[in-house]
Amino acid sequence: MNKVFTDGLSFALPLLIMAIGALYSEKSGVTNLAVEGFQGVGAFFGALAATMLSPLLGNGNQVIIYLAILCAAIGGALFSCIHGLLCIRFRANQVISGVVINILSVALTAFFTSAANSAINGTASNKFVLDVSTRFSIPLLSGIPWIGGLFTDMYPFEIIITVLLIVMWYLMNRTKFGMRLQACGENPQAVDAAGANVTRIRWTAVVISGALSGIGGICFAYSLLGNFSPSIYQGFGYLAIAAMIFGNWNIGPTILACLFFGLAKSGGLQLCIAVQLPSKYTDLFLMLPYVLTLLILVFFSKRNHPPKAAGEPWDKSKR
Amino acid sequence: MKTKKLFLARRLTGKYAALWVSVLAILLMFVTAGILLLLIGKNPLTALKSFLQGCGMIAKEKYGGGSGMLTDLLDFLNYLAPMILASLAFITAFKAGLFNIGISGQMLLAGFAATVLIGYNKELTAAAARPMVLLIGLAVGGLTGALVGYLKYRFNIHEVVSTIMLNYIISYLTGFMINNNYVDMMTRNSKVCSPQARLTLTNVMIGDLKCKIPLALIIAILIAVLVSFLFRKTVFGFEIKAVGQNRRCSEYTGIRVNRTILLSMGLSGAIAGLAGVAYYLGYTNSIVPKALPGMGYDSISVALLGSGAPIGSIFAGVVVSVFQQGANYMSSSLGVAKEIASLITGILLLFAACGNYMRYHAERRMQQAADSRPKASAPAPEDREARGVKEL
Repeated sequence: MNKVFTDGLSFALPLLIMAIGALYSEKSGVTNLAVEGFQGVGAFFGALAATMLSPLLGNGNQVIIYLAILCAAIGGALFSCIHGLLCIRFRANQVISGVVINILSVALTAFFTSAANSAINGTASNKFVLDVSTRFSIPLLSGIPWIGGLFTDMYPFEIIITVLLIVMWYLMNRTKFGMRLQACGENPQAVDAAGANVTRIRWTAVVISGALSGIGGICFAYSLLGNFSPSIYQGFGYLAIAAMIFGNWNIGPTILACLFFGLAKSGGLQLCIAVQLPSKYTDLFLMLPYVLTLLILVFFSKRNHPPKAAGEPWDKSKR
Repeated sequence: MKTKKLFLARRLTGKYAALWVSVLAILLMFVTAGILLLLIGKNPLTALKSFLQGCGMIAKEKYGGGSGMLTDLLDFLNYLAPMILASLAFITAFKAGLFNIGISGQMLLAGFAATVLIGYNKELTAAAARPMVLLIGLAVGGLTGALVGYLKYRFNIHEVVSTIMLNYIISYLTGFMINNNYVDMMTRNSKVCSPQARLTLTNVMIGDLKCKIPLALIIAILIAVLVSFLFRKTVFGFEIKAVGQNRRCSEYTGIRVNRTILLSMGLSGAIAGLAGVAYYLGYTNSIVPKALPGMGYDSISVALLGSGAPIGSIFAGVVVSVFQQGANYMSSSLGVAKEIASLITGILLLFAACGNYMRYHAERRMQQAADSRPKASAPAPEDREARGVKEL
């Protein structure tokens, strides 16, 4: 039972930070289906940094993880500039742009992973093997019955994400920038009339989205998978988008949606182990989050309220 | 320099604008890929040559027994057939303003169903098996596509999200069933399907070359012509385009938007199903469990490169397929990782997506040029003032 909570949380939090990233972009009026690509490329940069740094700093050095997260954020932010360029500067269709980014990211990371591997180790492997970060438990809280599992065996990134989450909530809901960002997604003409720069706000939002997604990606690579390989593209980015839609483009409900996904996934797997099904049935349980996503969308998509101006390129002369 | 830019602008706003956008995208892709290859220390021209050699368009230095340029070319055409079909599937939904990202999943499910139902049935004759394979492909793909359309209009679920979810569900589900029931212990893939059901004739001797004849290519070209006809000449095709351009306006003119969405998505899925049987019962004859065909995504590049024109997608398909199919030979002869093929396709897609901006930019440039021309011949400001006074 504890394991369900522990694993659920370590899956939910990276998903959540990606969902928040997508939310920032969409709230500013740029439809973002590129989360999947951002997280993959972010994870690639993080994993590359970790692979290059580990001989310098010594294997198993925990500093590497923090540096990898930093590099992933920078990498994701840089890569998101392509989305910004296409959607904001080149006024391309934002859905097409998202799809293009996702396809490009898979190809880019696959190619450069084997290129980097042959340059560093001399082997043409398509994988960076990463350490798994050490885990810790919070002394008092982990003793609580039932929900104690949430605070046992935590990854360091869970703390980072929680802190980031509070910062991001504050930025969105309590600052001038956040208010203008939300207004950009509803009525950019009004923001322009108020004297703010719509283009700049949208660019900032897309880059924030890239950075947060990159962090989400490296957290998956460092915890769940233990390596960086093409298997990073398992549709987590799309799950994050589904969580955001489920949460009706609000941070609070999105948190709940992500926790639900995390617990459903770990619960399914633990159930599979508990009833001692043969291992080939795990495929069916791996399918569970996707089926749940579809079902949830069936129930919650109809009455939600996406940002009004999302998907439209900003045209100053339009009335 | 300025005249050269106007040269481009004139082409990008002219009658064959769509074609020129594609040409420009391909040129930009060659430049980018060339720089990339130079950076890793390879000669781009040699790389291009070996891509073409791998597809049987330029003769290789040496061939093994029973194979030749024609073998490679037919292999290439065998790959091209499902690629064209898949891009036609994307186009059909795209015209209605829908993004069918689920082509991979629809291909896989249709291929799986046809393999299990017909491919493993050894008693059927070729004349019965092949049409049934096609029918199953159409039906299974069509139903999967229609489901996405239904989710779209009934529950307002964005088709990109729902198709991706369906992709993963289909991939895990078929993978589970293959691993349980239909796995070949040696290859770890599904068991091979019977030659009667396969849409490719294998081991045909042409001269002393052992060749594969891709029957699916005929179907692909036929469907391309049909889709082209649908959008040019029929009411239904017009309705699809109208819904794609402005959903609300079409509703006011009396088009049944929901039905159109459902049908166009179903049609798209059906063509994707055809692509699936052409891929799994033609190009390959077994299924790798839990792997979605990358072709479903490459076909998006093909469709965008062909500017959404059905016939254009045949030519765009050739361009993209050259890189995908030639990658193996290029990789072994030059020592560049074969993932570069997908990277090149991705870069091509990136530039093709900028097509609208290129045209918009070209139009503005033409406008500016048109504005500046009469100004130069107009009288000087003082004269104009003087004339104004006179007129008063």
